[in-house]
Amino acid sequence: MHDNLSSRSRTSVSIRELSLSFGAVTVLENLNLDIYDGEFLVLLGSSGCGKSTLLNCIAGLLEPTEGQIIIKDRNVTWEEPKDRGIGMVFQSYALYPQMTVEKNLSFGLRVARVPRDEIDRRVKRAAAILQIEPLLKRKPAELSGGQRQRVAIGRALVRDVDVFLFDEPLSNLDAKLRSELRVEIKRLHQSLQNTMIYVTHDQIEALTLADRIAIMKSGVIQQLDDPITIYNRPRNRFVAGFIGSPSMNFLSGELAEAGGEVVFRTADTQFSLAGYDHAQPLIPGRKVVLGLRPEHIKVDRDVVGGEVHEAIVDIEEPMGADNLLWLKYAGQTMSVRIGGERRYRVGSRVKLGFDMTMASIFDGETEERL
Amino acid sequence: MDKSTIATVHPDMPARRYPGPQGKRPRKALSGRNIMLYGALGLAALYYLLPLYVMVVTSLKGMPEIRVGNIFSPPLEITFEPWVKAWAQACTGLNCDGLSRGFWNSVKIMVPSVIVSIAIASVNGYALANWRFKGADLFFTILIVGAFIPYQVMIYPIVIVLRELGLYGTLTGLIVVHSIFGMPILTLLFRNYFVSLPEELFKAARIDGAGFWQIYFRIMLPMALPIFVVAMILQVTGIWNDFLFGVVFTRPENYPMTVQLNNIVNSVQGVKEYNVNMAATLLTGAVPLFVYFVSGRLFVRGIAAGAVKG
Repeated sequence: MHDNLSSRSRTSVSIRELSLSFGAVTVLENLNLDIYDGEFLVLLGSSGCGKSTLLNCIAGLLEPTEGQIIIKDRNVTWEEPKDRGIGMVFQSYALYPQMTVEKNLSFGLRVARVPRDEIDRRVKRAAAILQIEPLLKRKPAELSGGQRQRVAIGRALVRDVDVFLFDEPLSNLDAKLRSELRVEIKRLHQSLQNTMIYVTHDQIEALTLADRIAIMKSGVIQQLDDPITIYNRPRNRFVAGFIGSPSMNFLSGELAEAGGEVVFRTADTQFSLAGYDHAQPLIPGRKVVLGLRPEHIKVDRDVVGGEVHEAIVDIEEPMGADNLLWLKYAGQTMSVRIGGERRYRVGSRVKLGFDMTMASIFDGETEERL
Repeated sequence: MDKSTIATVHPDMPARRYPGPQGKRPRKALSGRNIMLYGALGLAALYYLLPLYVMVVTSLKGMPEIRVGNIFSPPLEITFEPWVKAWAQACTGLNCDGLSRGFWNSVKIMVPSVIVSIAIASVNGYALANWRFKGADLFFTILIVGAFIPYQVMIYPIVIVLRELGLYGTLTGLIVVHSIFGMPILTLLFRNYFVSLPEELFKAARIDGAGFWQIYFRIMLPMALPIFVVAMILQVTGIWNDFLFGVVFTRPENYPMTVQLNNIVNSVQGVKEYNVNMAATLLTGAVPLFVYFVSGRLFVRGIAAGAVKG
């Protein structure tokens, strides 16, 4: 993954010190972001984090208060949306209701006075790629949600743009269609190799589609990394808690020294941190939060060596492929993911083993990863 | 049959229903509630229709019959002469060519006024809704405040302005006045309609490279048909029924129908021809009524359906 990124190091979209405020409300603050040529970048965050605002700035639909936007080595900060080489797909599809699918697709080209046969050629190509040829003569009202979103993608496709912008394109679809179109968008990206910037609040979309994810909160990018790094090595506690379902288990405690090594200690328990790959020194006495994902806690027969802890099953949530156990451990509730075939009775005792190589430790005050 | 099996379905028997209501819910046509409801509605309708009835029957009577004084009785002998007279012969001032002159004056005033005011107001509303220029809110507030100032306050200043422009007493002057006075409410109407359209449509059109006028004509206008009909109804009735501006800003040869009607009905010379007056009044009111009946059904149509998730 990393080799792949460095090999295509050419920058497609570059955002420099971008700020945007509406009156007293600052939505984006001094934001820097480089997006590589052909990269699929996902802007992920909960509503109000500024991800859509950032996308609208890139599209030219919002004027930034400060900063610059460079697309394909051209400073487009003050350019009109149409001159930026971008195509955009909206959550509500935004198809022109009075036009047929064909007219919807060709509207931008007709506005730009592209010759007739060239329009036909491009519309045909886009319709073929998206498999919407039979729908060309229909009006948007006669299409299903999935078909409408396909047409909306096609509208960006016909314009032969450098950069695709997606603003929560799947949020209005039901779960089944959403996963289907998700795969199609990924396939589209693989065949077109365009730069795509994709805004979503859905972490599954982010993890499955992205080359890199930028997790945003209050107008600031919290972490910019490939999905696996984001998942396994979250840079701070916000990222750790945002990604993953069910959420990462957090234990508050402090670092202490015992038997010549640094251990993690709470009022009820204490265990070794051997194997944890720390980026900063682990100083005894520091207040910390220890994070463990549900699948990184070993249960009963999976526990091999190391320290063994004990917990009580509080709730069992069988989900088919997986079985989710909610355990009572050291005065807290912890979720643990095990195979779907392994069932437990509520109230039974289980043995736990913590995989410290996969754990995350955050400073208690700064919440940064140690 | 055993009592315990009463609710179970036997394979060889039709599905047994629970006792109680089946089929359509029974309704009493003459329930006390209905009698009260329709009775009250009927009375109210009668009360409002009675003047119209009197006008229609009076307009169809000859003068001798009217002098008998029985205003509610239907005409013994139907005559359309009062209608003909009201339209083509009734006198106002020096002219004796009836209401037809006023009718055509009104048409000449109304058609351009409606077109001009709606054209400008729709662009205003579109600009205020989608192109949030600096000071847009202030501009809008000022415009709306204009809607609450009584017309009478502004008449004298407007007379002066029109005089200075050389438009006083002309049809053009009256058209300008009507367009200006229609502006606040129409702009509000259009702005609110365009605000209610999904903002993403506008954004998509901008990404597609359409400019101010292209978005207006090719995206917004086709979706705004219902609100254009509403605006047209408002303006047609408002301008047609206008008396004040018509009498103040025009000269007798350009008087609209309402002013002429007043002059016919209120003329003090000779015999009061009630039948002609009634016919003239009905003729004057016919245009707004016609517009209501024809375009009412066009009122609300789901034009925007399909633009957003349905």
